[in-house]
Amino acid sequence: MATAEATTKTLKVQRFKPSENPTNTYLTDEKGVWAWMTTVDHKKIGIMYLVAVAFFFALGGFLAIALRTKLLTGASIDFIDADAYNQLFTLHGAIMVFFVLVPSIPAALGNFIMPMQLGAKDVAFPRLNLASFYIYVVGAIFTFIALALNGLDTGWTFYTPYSTESGSSVIWVTTGVFILGFSSILTGTNFITTIHKLRAPGITWSKLPLNIWALYATSVIQVLATPVLAITLLLLIMERWLGIGIFDPAMGGDPVLFQHFFWFYSHPAVYIMIVPGFGIISEVISTFSKKTVFGYWAIALSSLAIAFIGFLVWGHHMFTSGQSAVATTVFSFLTFLVGIPTGIKIFNWVATLYKGSIKMDTPMLYVFIFLFLFSIGGFTGIMLGTLSVNIHLHDTYYVVAHFHYVMMGGTLIALLAGLHYWWPKMTGKMYNERLGKVSAVLIFIGFNVTFLPQFVMGSQGMPRRYYNYIDQFAPFHQTSTIGSYILGVGFLIMLYYLLHSLFRGEKAPANPWGSRALEWQATSPPDFHNFGHTPVVIHGPYDYHQPMEEFQLGIAVDTNGHGKDTHVEPDDPELDKWKNYSLG
Amino acid sequence: MANHSSTHPAHVQHHFVDSEQQFDSAKMGMWVFIVNEVLFFGGLFCAYIVFRTWYPDLFTQAATQLDTFWGAVNTVVLIGSSLTVAMAIRSAQKNQQRGLEINLLITIALACVFLVIKYFEYSHKIHIGILPGAENYTFEGIDHPLAHVFFGIYYIMTGVHGLHVIVGIGLMLWIYFRARKGEFGSEYYTPVEITGLYWHLVDLIWIFLFPLLYLIE
Ligand code: HEM
Ligand SMILES: [Cu+2]
Repeated sequence: MATAEATTKTLKVQRFKPSENPTNTYLTDEKGVWAWMTTVDHKKIGIMYLVAVAFFFALGGFLAIALRTKLLTGASIDFIDADAYNQLFTLHGAIMVFFVLVPSIPAALGNFIMPMQLGAKDVAFPRLNLASFYIYVVGAIFTFIALALNGLDTGWTFYTPYSTESGSSVIWVTTGVFILGFSSILTGTNFITTIHKLRAPGITWSKLPLNIWALYATSVIQVLATPVLAITLLLLIMERWLGIGIFDPAMGGDPVLFQHFFWFYSHPAVYIMIVPGFGIISEVISTFSKKTVFGYWAIALSSLAIAFIGFLVWGHHMFTSGQSAVATTVFSFLTFLVGIPTGIKIFNWVATLYKGSIKMDTPMLYVFIFLFLFSIGGFTGIMLGTLSVNIHLHDTYYVVAHFHYVMMGGTLIALLAGLHYWWPKMTGKMYNERLGKVSAVLIFIGFNVTFLPQFVMGSQGMPRRYYNYIDQFAPFHQTSTIGSYILGVGFLIMLYYLLHSLFRGEKAPANPWGSRALEWQATSPPDFHNFGHTPVVIHGPYDYHQPMEEFQLGIAVDTNGHGKDTHVEPDDPELDKWKNYSLG
Repeated sequence: MANHSSTHPAHVQHHFVDSEQQFDSAKMGMWVFIVNEVLFFGGLFCAYIVFRTWYPDLFTQAATQLDTFWGAVNTVVLIGSSLTVAMAIRSAQKNQQRGLEINLLITIALACVFLVIKYFEYSHKIHIGILPGAENYTFEGIDHPLAHVFFGIYYIMTGVHGLHVIVGIGLMLWIYFRARKGEFGSEYYTPVEITGLYWHLVDLIWIFLFPLLYLIE
């Protein structure tokens, strides 16, 4: 096997310096709509996911702006009555969770970057990868059908018995999410196999980029938790369609059982959303501090610890649903426990900054925003996990603020960090750095103006998912709405400069940030096969004390039968120096 | 994909280094998928356990309506098919073309027998009014207000399992036609092996379903 035993072998390696002017890239390789739609290239599939996720994010964001606009006043406004309001927040939540955050980092950025960080040509099962994308599309179509029919008004959590009685198109959406689940499961399966089996020579487990560790932990959760969501939704569909009698008390079922099933998936699912974000933060923070990540193993293993403990805390969503006192106490304790590995990460990241040569480019700016917002989100999570406090705060805006701080302040901000970080690699273009910073700052301000007041009104008793409110809460709601408009402007600016960079942007160098990680040793944008050679790795991805050329080693391969020349020329004068390199 | 260089055997996809890496990956992928299937059915077993703990007499009473004899026959049929699929893999590894084809055909036939028996079990129940769902259920032979819940669970568990059997038949037909073209042998039998793995899982799930549904007292 190429990976495991390679550590003891002596390999003939050469230096391959990535060309700054690649002629053959994955973008020039197979052109045209059909070639894209049928491609099995992980990079193109990643881009297709990215486009789909961006589309859904725009849609979900539009719904959010509509919601916030309605909440400028407590009364009914022309185009949104109480029923429409229920539909809006449900669709907003369902789209953002299932169609944006769950696939965003692993399926879009992960698909593109992971095989490159492993020095592989593709994921283990490229056709399955494409199939996952189309399964996602089919799931989306089902959701659109629901929209065209009666919409959905159950909240993204589909709680029974309301979801078995509601007049909206519950079956369409749950079927859509059921299908979507398979996309997630197959991606997870694919990633786990790829990480185990497709690592380039020299990449031992201790030299895996932390992004890979994070994606690995995420994939494990995806494989273990998503099937439970699938079966839950299947039972819910059967309940609604036939009246099996499992969840609906009118027929002998138990709605709390549904909540257990649902949260057994959906709490781990919040880690499906955040853990890949952790991976991005580790990469960016090291690159922009030019320093080895502090506590490599602590960060790597805490992802796995989170994945594991994350399975044991689902009951903290049900403190008020009539669980036994013992269960609530245990779940509360375990909820505190899950804060520990998360805290370990934060401390290690901050320690990485210490004495680093920090460069505040846009991706790094997002990392700082992340550290700030995610910490608030995490701490409020611990507060919510405290039993006595939870009784007061459950189902208020406090919870809404908490999960926006972790999901948007955490996952989405990390996604933006990664998007800006890898944008030059993915597109071969540089974006406008000044506009990048402007929009990051606007997003940061807008976010806090939107969600900080929600903590306050939540703690004062404003319930979530309400269409109406008493005058006492008007200033908070109005501030929050203004904040959401600032956020919107921030995102529009981003849309502008990213699109602009695609058409008018400066050409990106192969390694604009001077990173040591393997994906940056390919050309920008990368070759169809990622590298024109088989990369050989002798240092960890964060070893900034080693010279750059030692990160560009590889074994020459023939053109692999693809009839194309590799564009990467071995650096001739150096050849002798690298001839034999013993790994391990 | 474009054509491959001479060092790359035809069955090795371009992104793998060699045949062994491809085999290892495929096998590992299938094992991960099996883990996911176990959790999928695990959810159903969980629902089963919860309701059985709440209503023990419901389960013992309702189970009398299931036909133990045909359930047992089906168990034997599936175990037999697991044996033949294992023999099919062995034949492929030893380059026994005929053995491979025949064993696949027997496995497919046994899977079909399983479905036919299941069909008769279902239609008998439907005939006497044991239908899934509180409103459709009209059978009066069980003196328990929640009898429909047991059969709801029964139909979903066996139904989802039956779907897996149908998928398995599809996969084995596909393997069979590829085998007829002589694609498999000692050099390359990955698809046979991982389909076999899947089929063992389908068998194993039934081995849990049978006693849990049919044999309770
Ligand atoms: C330190 C880690 C965390 C802790 C201790 C924590 C704790 C909690 C608790 C106790 C609740 C229940 C509040 C209630 O309904 O009464 C909650 C809700 C929620 N959390 Fe967290 N959380 C953490 C991290 C996260 C992360 C990382 C995410 C997502 C990326 C997340 C997303 C959510 C969501 C979506 C809800 C609301 C679900 C709903 O009812 O709609 N949490 N959290
Ligand atoms: Cu939770």
